[in-house]
Amino acid sequence: MDRRDTLKTLLIGSVAGGAVSGTMLVGCQTEEAVKEALGVGIGRTPFERERDANLMKEEFLTVAELGVVATLCDIILPPSDSAGGASDAQVPDFINFIAKDIPDLKIPIRGGVAWMNNESLTRFGKGFTDITNAQQIEIVEDIAYPDTASEVMKPGVNFFNRMRGLTLTGYYTTKIGLDDLGYVGNRPNAWDGVPQDVLDKHGMSYEKEWLAKCVDQEQRNVKAEWDEQGNLLT
Amino acid sequence: MQIIESPKVYDAVIVGSGAGGGMTTKVLSDAGLNVAVIEAGPFFDPKDPETMTQMKWPWESPRRGKATDSRHFGDFDMAYGGWSLPGEPITMKGDTDFMLFRSRMLGGRTNHWGRISLRFGPNDFKHKSIDGLGDDWPIGYEDVKPYYDKLDKLVGVFGSKEGLPNDPDGYFLPAPKPRLHELYYIKGAKKLGIPVIPSRLSILTKKLNDERGVCFYCAQCSRSCNQYADFSAGSVLIFPAQKSKGQVDIYTNSMVRSVVMGPDGKATGVSYINKDDGTEHVMRGKVVVLAASACSSARILLNSKTTGHSNGLGNSSGVVGKYLHDSTGSSRGGFIPAMMDRKVYNEDGVGGMHVYSPWWGDNSKLDFKRGYHIEVWGGMGMPGYGFGMGLDGFNEFMGLPKGGYGEKLRKDVKRYYGATIGFGGRGECIAREDNYCELDPEVVDQWGIPVLRFQYSFSDQEKNQAKHMQQTFEELIDAMGGKVFGKTPTAEQNYGLNKGGEIIHEVGTTRMGDDPKTSVCNRYQQLHDVKNVYITDAGPFVSQADKNCTWTIMALAWRASDHIVEQLKKQNI
Repeated sequence: MDRRDTLKTLLIGSVAGGAVSGTMLVGCQTEEAVKEALGVGIGRTPFERERDANLMKEEFLTVAELGVVATLCDIILPPSDSAGGASDAQVPDFINFIAKDIPDLKIPIRGGVAWMNNESLTRFGKGFTDITNAQQIEIVEDIAYPDTASEVMKPGVNFFNRMRGLTLTGYYTTKIGLDDLGYVGNRPNAWDGVPQDVLDKHGMSYEKEWLAKCVDQEQRNVKAEWDEQGNLLT
Repeated sequence: MQIIESPKVYDAVIVGSGAGGGMTTKVLSDAGLNVAVIEAGPFFDPKDPETMTQMKWPWESPRRGKATDSRHFGDFDMAYGGWSLPGEPITMKGDTDFMLFRSRMLGGRTNHWGRISLRFGPNDFKHKSIDGLGDDWPIGYEDVKPYYDKLDKLVGVFGSKEGLPNDPDGYFLPAPKPRLHELYYIKGAKKLGIPVIPSRLSILTKKLNDERGVCFYCAQCSRSCNQYADFSAGSVLIFPAQKSKGQVDIYTNSMVRSVVMGPDGKATGVSYINKDDGTEHVMRGKVVVLAASACSSARILLNSKTTGHSNGLGNSSGVVGKYLHDSTGSSRGGFIPAMMDRKVYNEDGVGGMHVYSPWWGDNSKLDFKRGYHIEVWGGMGMPGYGFGMGLDGFNEFMGLPKGGYGEKLRKDVKRYYGATIGFGGRGECIAREDNYCELDPEVVDQWGIPVLRFQYSFSDQEKNQAKHMQQTFEELIDAMGGKVFGKTPTAEQNYGLNKGGEIIHEVGTTRMGDDPKTSVCNRYQQLHDVKNVYITDAGPFVSQADKNCTWTIMALAWRASDHIVEQLKKQNI
């Protein structure tokens, strides 16, 4: 599925579930999605539950605006050979939520989207989501490199910097992102030191005296006992 | 409206359920006493799946773990409360900018703390005799040592025997092995002659008893452990106390207003508000123990104005609220190019550092008198909100093009993941009479209780110490072959010194002493003015030491509780 198809799916999904008026909003399509997004499973207090439910219900980005956001997110992190892209990881939804959670982000994001559309209209006579991928990239190239971008592109550079940061956070905090990163923590483990090949690569080693102070993971379930001098016996 | 009096008279009414209140509850219950624990927040058990945040994934938080007004250390942090509480303001005098962190829940701030569990050393009780500043404690290390020893065995702390003169050893569980960034730290610090030893945290790296589990290395002690493998006052002290000899009744969502006095000059209990329905109550007890935290206990005393105690209870000396001090803190980070492009493996360790540096300096050659220790962080942690937002900082250091998109970004993320290191200096602030909290004469909270107003400033002692921290951190990062983030904080910025209260080690507001004219409580933390009122939080500390205060709060709370049991037996109180 290419980026445009992904986007289309995203929009259709929201239309199917959430169409109530002319300004359709993308957010919580199903009860399941609301539940998941609300973090029912992460021990919310009653206050937090209500606050987050209200944030979920609040409308911010329109479908059209979200289309620009999704297009940019997928340019920032398109699918790779081994991992899905930003839309696959629902990054646009995250950005829509976080702007409601941090209201100071609302104007920069809404204004940034408008700036992108205006730039696209000026250059190509159409909004950002209606121009070709090559044309989109032409604009992005002018705002993606802060060191070399021209002065007149500064608003776009600022917006793109912000979108880059939010996209990276939104992506690498999902399962797709963690897998791409190779993160294998947050599960029961028995830390037993840096792997030997890593020690070798970094020219490091454990000193014998230091290791003598460390836990023997074979003995971790044996109850601790000490002598009177505080020496661990078990 | 009426005041509802408890029909029952408890042996002791304990205000607060954190480190001090929890320990008092345990010791008194073990002695067969009946106690009421009054907690201003809700019940909390780290094991309860309804409230648990441990072992969740970042995407389960719609904001990916970002801090909120209800969780100031992030969406998964286990502290109900924070730097501000709805309906409970604090106020400042002049240009003071003091911060007060309050956790309102059973177990208090112990549910999310760093578990850094350091004994005070012999010098820490007698610093005035050493350098002329502050005051000596009326007790010494030898008085507290037996309690530290018992505490190590009851609660559990990992560490190592080092034989250092002012960082006493204890009964340690074995330490976790250092991680890669910590090996870099050890190597760098060695070049500078800075000692590094295994950290000392109250986390069970080995089985301690049948009631608690063993650490399974998720690095999430700040979320409170469902296996009870870290120290939280609820799971380790209060729940066992409920199964012990005495009766332990827990009153949650109950906000204490003041200590109630009887006609004979003894306290008869505390008055409190049931936050659920707004009703006013009096809980009666033979002994009242305040353990609401240094500042909150001082507030209760100051608000207990009765005949003969017009200045507030226990305040004939006028020093309640004074000598407030927090640990000094200053932090710096950097990144280590040699750790770029790391092989990724599960590096989650215990919930905190595996190594640290106790104070090593020679103050006779320095422009400040007390010390600090260095806490170390870094590694390949679980991504959360903010991940990836600092990439251009790294690119700038490396002289690589900033920005970009697509494959370049994926490569940048992986190149820099786990290559950062950070240091926090945590040191001793000199206790001063003119740093204090008091009742604001005009402002009350939503229950009509006068709020605390703060006056706090730093002297050159603290500022010069922070300057030394920053120099040291820069040298350390340099010695590790790394690059320091940001610019060196200037004198105008107090060298990066954290605000008062920001390290969350407030102590000293009800200090102990042998002279009732200059101290609030005696060496057993019993008010000089009212024999059946004790304080078992950090209020009685005379000085902070360059150690975190929790282990000493608990050792002293145990000692004070032994005194309560003994005095009750002798019918002295």
